[in-house]
Amino acid sequence: MAINWNAFWEWANPRKFMRWTDRALPVISVLAAVIFVGGLVWGFFFTPDDYRQGATVKIFYIHVPSAMMAINIWAMMLVASLVWIVRRHHVSALAAKSAAAIGMTMTLIALITGAVWGKPMWGTYWEWDPRLTSFLILLLFYIGYMALWEAIDNPDTAADLTSVLCLVGSVFALLSRYAVLFWNQGLHQGASLSLDAEENVADVYWYPALVAIAGFILLFVSLVLLRTRTEIRARRLHALEMRERVKDA
Amino acid sequence: MIRLLWRDITLAFRSGGGFGLGLGFFLILVTLVPFGVGPNGEMLSAIAPGILWVGALLACLLSLDRIFALDFEDGSLDLLATAPIPLEGVVAMKALAHWITTGLPLVIAAPALGFLLHLDSAAYRWLIVTLLIGTPALSFIGSFGAALTVGLKRGGLLMSLLVLPLYIPTLIFGAEVVRRGAGGFLVATPLAMQAGITLGAIALLPFAAAAAIRVALR
Repeated sequence: MAINWNAFWEWANPRKFMRWTDRALPVISVLAAVIFVGGLVWGFFFTPDDYRQGATVKIFYIHVPSAMMAINIWAMMLVASLVWIVRRHHVSALAAKSAAAIGMTMTLIALITGAVWGKPMWGTYWEWDPRLTSFLILLLFYIGYMALWEAIDNPDTAADLTSVLCLVGSVFALLSRYAVLFWNQGLHQGASLSLDAEENVADVYWYPALVAIAGFILLFVSLVLLRTRTEIRARRLHALEMRERVKDA
Repeated sequence: MIRLLWRDITLAFRSGGGFGLGLGFFLILVTLVPFGVGPNGEMLSAIAPGILWVGALLACLLSLDRIFALDFEDGSLDLLATAPIPLEGVVAMKALAHWITTGLPLVIAAPALGFLLHLDSAAYRWLIVTLLIGTPALSFIGSFGAALTVGLKRGGLLMSLLVLPLYIPTLIFGAEVVRRGAGGFLVATPLAMQAGITLGAIALLPFAAAAAIRVALR
């Protein structure tokens, strides 16, 4: 099948981006709201309590999707940074910038829900377990990335430097992930959801979890589009202001 | 390139170059720890590997902004960037100079400070070996962080925020080797991992740092 790649890249033209997101955003947001709320309500109120964990198991519907998103958003930022470095699409750089704050929030949600669940189950809010530690490190990477964006005035310079940081940071984040595995034995259970396992969790928990994950993904997509639009508008406003100032002078 | 190396080393040794500051900081840090946790010898020897590694890391961090900042301010970095040697080579030489003036003294001083912290006698050998292998990685990773923040006015604190997470793998393997050495276990695996990180950092990060400097000089 022949894909017209030029047409694909044209979607990233700021004006076209604004036009198609203007139409797509309401649909995606409504869809995100419905599925997000639906998945959580199904998970919270219409699944049985676990026989050992009781009702605490239900935090799973927030914890697992947010943890997944925390990692996937970094991957998305990596792709967006690469696109910026290779093709210099401004929308791509701005999307990476918009995604960072959401990714950091997801990481925080995963850490906090994990802590809340860990207290009754493991008897501790925090343990220097490899998974927990890698998430803390991921949080540090998000903070550093956002701080670098904030610190640089020139938007193109900022986009370039943060992209390089994102690339190098990804390598080191992965390295840290495996280094902490080496450093301490884990308390955290293995992956809850993986595609290659026969059965991950019982089906009653599995389906609402899938819906919740879909809800989180849609929520992220709509937020990132919204924030990217805001960034583009802010950039335009800045350009207009500069033009006015030049006219006045 | 060799001349550039000598220039950086001489500049660091001359007054105002900051040579020895990192070393002094390392000494003070190690002196402060017993005040914080109490003079109990057993406890000190248990945490000594970690303290020495964290101390070396922070001492290294302290002098990172000197790698590029001064040259950026007086314009020599522009000259170096337009010089007939590749910018990657400039970065690598500057990182090497940073290691010789900061990392190497730390390696030499660490056993004396380990003595202060009641470091287990079996661990001295491994402390020196890991610092010798690990500190070049600190300098090269740091040169990347310094390159990212070179054009910024208040880059110092930001640089620590960017660089310290990148130091985590080096720290983990370094302290692990010393801990295992103290306990008399096999150290080959973490040592090999750490050497891998160092070699990877030396091979790849100058390119990333040079890219960042080109952006800053644009």
